[in-house]
Amino acid sequence: MADEEDELPEETELSYEQKKEIAKWFLLNAPAGEINYVAKDLKAVLSDEEVYNEAAMEAFPVYNKSHMICLEMPSRAGDVIVSSYSEITENEFLDPRTAQVAIVDHVKQICTKVRPAHDEELPSLYIEEYRYALDAEIQRYVSESYPKGISAVNCVKGKDTEGLGSDFEFVVIITAMRLSPQNFCNGSWRSVWNIDFQDESQVLDIKGKLQVGAHYFEEGNVELDAKKDFQDSTIFQSADDCAIAIANIIRHHETEYLAALEVAYSKLPDNTFKDLRRKLPVTRTLFPWQNTLQFSLTREVEKELGLGK
Amino acid sequence: MEAALGLLRRMPPKQSETALSALLSLIPQHSSDLLSQVDLPLQVLRDIESGKDFILCEYNRDADSYRSPWSNKYLPPLEDALYPSSELRKLEVEANDIFAIYRDQYYEGGISSVYMWEDDNEGFVACFLIKKDGSKSGHGRRGCLEEGAWDAIHVIQVGPEEEGMAHYCLTSTIMLSLATDDESSGKFGLSGSIRRQMKMDLAVAEGHLCNMGRMIEELEGKLRNSLDQVYFGKTREMVCTLRPPAEIVQMRLPDT
Repeated sequence: MADEEDELPEETELSYEQKKEIAKWFLLNAPAGEINYVAKDLKAVLSDEEVYNEAAMEAFPVYNKSHMICLEMPSRAGDVIVSSYSEITENEFLDPRTAQVAIVDHVKQICTKVRPAHDEELPSLYIEEYRYALDAEIQRYVSESYPKGISAVNCVKGKDTEGLGSDFEFVVIITAMRLSPQNFCNGSWRSVWNIDFQDESQVLDIKGKLQVGAHYFEEGNVELDAKKDFQDSTIFQSADDCAIAIANIIRHHETEYLAALEVAYSKLPDNTFKDLRRKLPVTRTLFPWQNTLQFSLTREVEKELGLGK
Repeated sequence: MEAALGLLRRMPPKQSETALSALLSLIPQHSSDLLSQVDLPLQVLRDIESGKDFILCEYNRDADSYRSPWSNKYLPPLEDALYPSSELRKLEVEANDIFAIYRDQYYEGGISSVYMWEDDNEGFVACFLIKKDGSKSGHGRRGCLEEGAWDAIHVIQVGPEEEGMAHYCLTSTIMLSLATDDESSGKFGLSGSIRRQMKMDLAVAEGHLCNMGRMIEELEGKLRNSLDQVYFGKTREMVCTLRPPAEIVQMRLPDT
């Protein structure tokens, strides 16, 4: 039953639905790696198990997919990335590298078990050739460039293509998270690259989206939120050659982006920040507070002459 | 209550208003505590009579009206409202004028307001506020910022004068957010808030305004540097930890 009033009178309690929506909002807006801390505080504030549980059931899957969290699969098979690109059903996510499907508990953020992927969940041999080659190149790139990066290549369109004559699309995901709660600092890097293999033009259309976030909260609270979109292309070649070309393109753009971020940071103290507040006045000296008498006189004079701001 | 503050610390700084109103509706019994411990971006009202803007806060509020530091009148008009004593008002007027010049020197624009009121300990409390829009469409002189907001709230308690000395306790809060958007670095946004305190015993010889002003200038400078170097610096460190700047990586060319 929706509440039709815009403003609640002071004494009215929030409805169940309203509390749940608020709870979800807090969970969804938790910075990377902090949802469990938010959950703990939220439970204390709500003091209503039922509302929290329902909100968590709805919010965690969305959070997990948008942050592309990595869950360890049992039997040391590696990590599965939880994302909308690898989703089979709400709780099942495909790990194309090991051809397994991980069953996931979103709220606990763990992989409870794995099963082999069914044939219909996997791409055709033709597609797999391309996917596998790309996956290997990307893994190589990620292990070189990211101390703790995890990657996956999922086929999101045309996975049953048997040969030439059709388009297909891959999504390359690279994700890295660094959680240091004892140092009050957490950060995450998410790259999502869409590779569109276009048969007719024999061109690969590449679109990338990078998102970097960092949160530092020791006696204060500061957040970085940076993102950028990319566009590139290359020619449709053999599986191995495509893989190398794509990985090079990704490497090139990501490296350039990192350098640009560094530049943005280095401009902060003397340029960007200055638009908010200078370090010192133009006089390069501190403000002469003791000359208040002078200011009073200036004010008097201004008033006399009818000037004044 | 601890939990509520914890939540506020983790929510994106730009969403602090939404987060606070969500909490106020969940735990209304704690609203006065929450409101006193949490700062939100400052709001501004125009005093038509003096043709100037002034900043709104708890310290110039009575019921639903706010007192302008320029005309000393409440907007909307209010009967039986609270006013500082005439002596304190004189100091308040001077403070506003001088602080406006200080503000101009450091902020090259923006709005400032100072409010004072007597407290129970025979001293008084003063609140110095600054609001700056540093975006290129606002007062950003260099046009670097797509978005830029700086809100400073300095609350300083001044104790009674004893043997030519007075005790000053300053609590400063800075809230800021900035965002750039350009070809090479895309959308780059930093936002956050920080609060610190400073206590000093000073001679009153040069006047309260001088003492308060110097403390504010010092603490503001410290906070600015801290935000810039420590806080933003930590986020920069984090980015480099996630993906260290690469040396020139040998590009593999496709085998022909």
